[in-house]
Amino acid sequence: MSVELIDFYADWCGPCQMMKPVVAELEKVHPEIKVTSVNIDEEDELAEKYGVSSIPCFVVLRDGKEVAREVGVVPLKKLEKMLEK
Amino acid sequence: MKHYDVIVVGGGIAGMTAAIYVRRANKTVLVLEGRTYGGQIINTLNIENWPGDMGVSGVDLVQKIYQQMTELGAKMEFETVTAVERSDNGFMVKTEDETYTAGAVILAVGAEDKKLGLASEEKFTGRGVSYCATCDGAFYKGKKVAVIGGGNTALYDALYLADIVEKVYLVHRRSEFRGDAVLVERLCGKSNVEFVLGYVPEEIVGGKKVSGVRLVSSGKVADVKDGMDLDIDGVFVAIGKLPMTGGFAGLVELDTGGYIKAAEDCVTSCPGVFAAGDCRVKDMRQLVTAAADGAVAADKAVNYSNN
Ligand SMILES: Cc1cc2nc3c(=O)[nH]c(=O)nc-3n(C[C@H](O)[C@H](O)[C@H](O)COP(=O)(O)OP(=O)(O)OC[C@H]3O[C@@H](n4cnc5c(N)ncnc54)[C@H](O)[C@@H]3O)c2cc1C
Repeated sequence: MSVELIDFYADWCGPCQMMKPVVAELEKVHPEIKVTSVNIDEEDELAEKYGVSSIPCFVVLRDGKEVAREVGVVPLKKLEKMLEK
Repeated sequence: MKHYDVIVVGGGIAGMTAAIYVRRANKTVLVLEGRTYGGQIINTLNIENWPGDMGVSGVDLVQKIYQQMTELGAKMEFETVTAVERSDNGFMVKTEDETYTAGAVILAVGAEDKKLGLASEEKFTGRGVSYCATCDGAFYKGKKVAVIGGGNTALYDALYLADIVEKVYLVHRRSEFRGDAVLVERLCGKSNVEFVLGYVPEEIVGGKKVSGVRLVSSGKVADVKDGMDLDIDGVFVAIGKLPMTGGFAGLVELDTGGYIKAAEDCVTSCPGVFAAGDCRVKDMRQLVTAAADGAVAADKAVNYSNN
């Protein structure tokens, strides 16, 4: 079973900047989770594929299937709870 | 249970400034923040009225204040406060996972974007419904959008979006805007902006993403049709702010808009609980007034917890 977190962001997005250290912390405490950061200005087809139109946006995939999604700034604990889904 | 002289609810400009002042008075302080620190201002790229720092971004500003606060020994935990209750020696502050005690409490919970209150709204949030044009406008290059609202925020949003998208419908329930006349004038000069006056959204429609919005007459403008549909890819909601005070209605007195009743001294109806920043009844909701409240509330809270 694989769990992946996709982090949709852009360089000009303030809330995304606020989430950077939170995502980095998550990667540190959960090395087993694959984290993919998607810059929506460079990979807009991925944003389109997942129907993302607000950032920051976090999508959790379990075996490739979406199980949780959150838009906006969230604390580490909330990201961790999403990963349990 | 961990005890602090002062607990601050909310880590925006008001809350973090309060924590700085409590530490300068050599008292212990915990800030509880349910999201990330910084509050509303993190969306703003260019602040021009914060004294001493022309053109600073919201993120840079809040990072500096956070660093100052922690260097002075203030602590922040990222938890949402669910209740504040009186106890024998002060207050119990409850979060989803923990309970803390405090000699005094500062509510600095700020405000958030008001929702339309439609069943379809939450389903489409982040999938075509947005509350921040400068954050999400880029997703709508060459597309059609509706902006809902009639105040300055709505007018600014419509102007900003007009330069990015193919078409902007500005939907407002009245025939006149609350916002500044110069902004309305500027909007009139944009060939891709259309005013849709006398209507309110009834439902947002779409499959995986928004494809349209159904409007009904607000009853406030004569001679409009009962309803109409707009084919659009995005809905930008700009109908004002709502203070995040709902959980504290039993603790402190609120006004009809939900703002905490307190004057410039930040004193609420509950002794030992002080209100700071945008969540307080006041005329001007700005960074400097939020910071000023933080200082005043900290001073009062320190005094209260001493006695
Ligand atoms: C788009 C925009 C642009 C602006 N531009 C300017 C500008 O250029 N200059 C200026 O002076 N002002 C500006 N403002 C206004 C300014 O942002 C606010 O006045 C100020 O940020 C208010 O700070 P605050 O600390 O009172 O509240 P907020 O910033 O709203 O912070 C409140 C914090 O409390 C947290 N919170 C709420 N409830 C709980 C709970 N139960 N438990 C834990 N945490 C909780 C929230 O998550 C939030 O982080 C702007 C506002 C907006 C929306």
